[in-house]
Amino acid sequence: MPSDRLPDIGSTITIEKPAFNLLLSRLKEEGYLPIGPRIKNDSLIYEEIESLEDLPRGYSTEQKPGSFRLVREKHARYFDIIPGSHSWKQFLFPSRVELFTLRKNGKGWENTTQPAEIPSYAFIGVRACELAAIQIQDNIFMRSDFTDPIYRARRQRVFIVSVNCTHPAETCFCTSMGTGPRVKELFDLSLTELDDVFVLTVGSQLARRLMTGIPFDDASGYILTNVEHRLNHAEQQMRRRLDTSDLPELILEHLDHPYWNEIGKRCLSCASCTQVCPTCFCWDTQDEMSLDGKTAKRTRVWDSCFNPGYSHQAGGNTRPTIYSRYRQWMSHKFGTWKQQYGTLGCVGCGRCITWCPAEIDITEEIAALRNEVKR
Amino acid sequence: MTTKKPAVAVYKFSSCDGCQLSILNMEDELLNLAEAIDIAFFLEATRAQKPGPYDIALVEGSITTPHEIERIREVRANAKVVIALGTCATAGGIQALRNFASAEEYAKVVYAHPEYLHYLQTATPIAEHIQVDMELWGCPVNKAQVIEVIVALLNNRRPNLPPHSVCLECKRRGTPCVIVDKGIPCIGPATQAGCGAICPAMGRGCYGCFGPARDVNTDAMANMLLKMERYPGETARLFRGISGYAPTFRTIVDEILPANEEAK
Repeated sequence: MPSDRLPDIGSTITIEKPAFNLLLSRLKEEGYLPIGPRIKNDSLIYEEIESLEDLPRGYSTEQKPGSFRLVREKHARYFDIIPGSHSWKQFLFPSRVELFTLRKNGKGWENTTQPAEIPSYAFIGVRACELAAIQIQDNIFMRSDFTDPIYRARRQRVFIVSVNCTHPAETCFCTSMGTGPRVKELFDLSLTELDDVFVLTVGSQLARRLMTGIPFDDASGYILTNVEHRLNHAEQQMRRRLDTSDLPELILEHLDHPYWNEIGKRCLSCASCTQVCPTCFCWDTQDEMSLDGKTAKRTRVWDSCFNPGYSHQAGGNTRPTIYSRYRQWMSHKFGTWKQQYGTLGCVGCGRCITWCPAEIDITEEIAALRNEVKR
Repeated sequence: MTTKKPAVAVYKFSSCDGCQLSILNMEDELLNLAEAIDIAFFLEATRAQKPGPYDIALVEGSITTPHEIERIREVRANAKVVIALGTCATAGGIQALRNFASAEEYAKVVYAHPEYLHYLQTATPIAEHIQVDMELWGCPVNKAQVIEVIVALLNNRRPNLPPHSVCLECKRRGTPCVIVDKGIPCIGPATQAGCGAICPAMGRGCYGCFGPARDVNTDAMANMLLKMERYPGETARLFRGISGYAPTFRTIVDEILPANEEAK
């Protein structure tokens, strides 16, 4: 285990868990701001972390429609949680960001916008479904014909430490969407947690360089088999299914089906599903002006198709009913998204199921619509 | 921008003065506010008064006495624009709890000589008595919204006030939903945004002081909350609070109460 040796890109190694703190220090020296899961006010959130000790060690999560609970377990693992309502979206596509500030200058207006300081984030613990969500948002915000400068500036600097999920939640259905639980690409480092070591696959030149001086071992056949076994087990554990074989046609050909109204009766139109969804990307712009009329500011904020003010235009809202808003959301995710971007807009993370206060389960609703249509 | 500063009057009816204090509490903006408008009548701030008519009347409080009915008509006659300020003025406030009970009974409990009181049986919002041009909800109002409305009036445009529920504000500030995360009853999904979702951010449920949101699914709200009640009648109590006299919240409680009775 000579410390001057560096792992090859694509190789899989193991490190002692405390050595991960060396990696975090190395990232900070390189100017990165590490963000990871941590518990604050008894809630699981994504926020800046200083060291491994900030991670939710020994915790698991229990998730079901309308309910999220942190559970203290006897294990000592750091990454056994399944993420909560936060997603990496909030760092790449911030919920509130200033677009510009104008100041009156004689007869005209002067742009006095201060260039925003954009941190270089190191995302610690990105799940396979979340990587797929980032990829989907890349397609939206960094198109060849249009690029969102706010998103791009943040995205291009991100360092990603992904995590293979070995304990999926009850609301997870990534296997149905083909996104997980196994991480395959788009990472700098891919981590799998075993009881005694972290297993890392090196995915980039930068990650390789960051390993300088950090003691590691090549992953043995036994370790690799162990990782494989855990991931297979995770796949088998995932009971929730979403049949995508007849999507998007099932939805797009039955937009007038009475079943939509049945969902509308249960939906609160609160917008939570769209806000916790790691692929939803709608925003609104808000203008404000100072009392003296000399300063004007435009801000971009997260918006939602469930907002009664969304798509409000002359004559009113084009979707005046709750069911029509739900249908808009679901038919976009599982229908028109495909026409727009070539993939479905869902990665199977299950957030919209867990975080719906009315306990609406999108996998059950699609199955129910299918049954109703067949009748 | 108008060349002459608009004359503004601030009135108090039955209320706690908290909304007027929200104006005085603007601190950083207060000097700019005094520059932008002519504060002609504001007894909470100064006894100096300029005679009307006024361009804008900001009215705090609900109508609870016969004398207040007369006074609010004078306010209307004396102002071009009348803005109801805070949930007393828009929905009757906490004193509107008497609307669901007997005002006499309450008076007897509180006062040694209730016969000296002159009061109405109900506490009602300003708009039940005069035409109101705009309502700003909240207990108290959000000072940023007060400024937004004044700036909008100065610039002859519609104010930007959120049409959605509190949930969107929780998500924007990164507060995990207290219903899902903690099992805390919260009426945020049925409540109009504007406060910045301060209560859930402090780990408690929204109690609806900004009044009902648009397009509330009353059945679904009642169903969700009845399932998670920590004591019988909790849901009805949540809706019958500061904004309890607002029509949407009244509807929800009317739906729930018979069910509660049956459960007994």
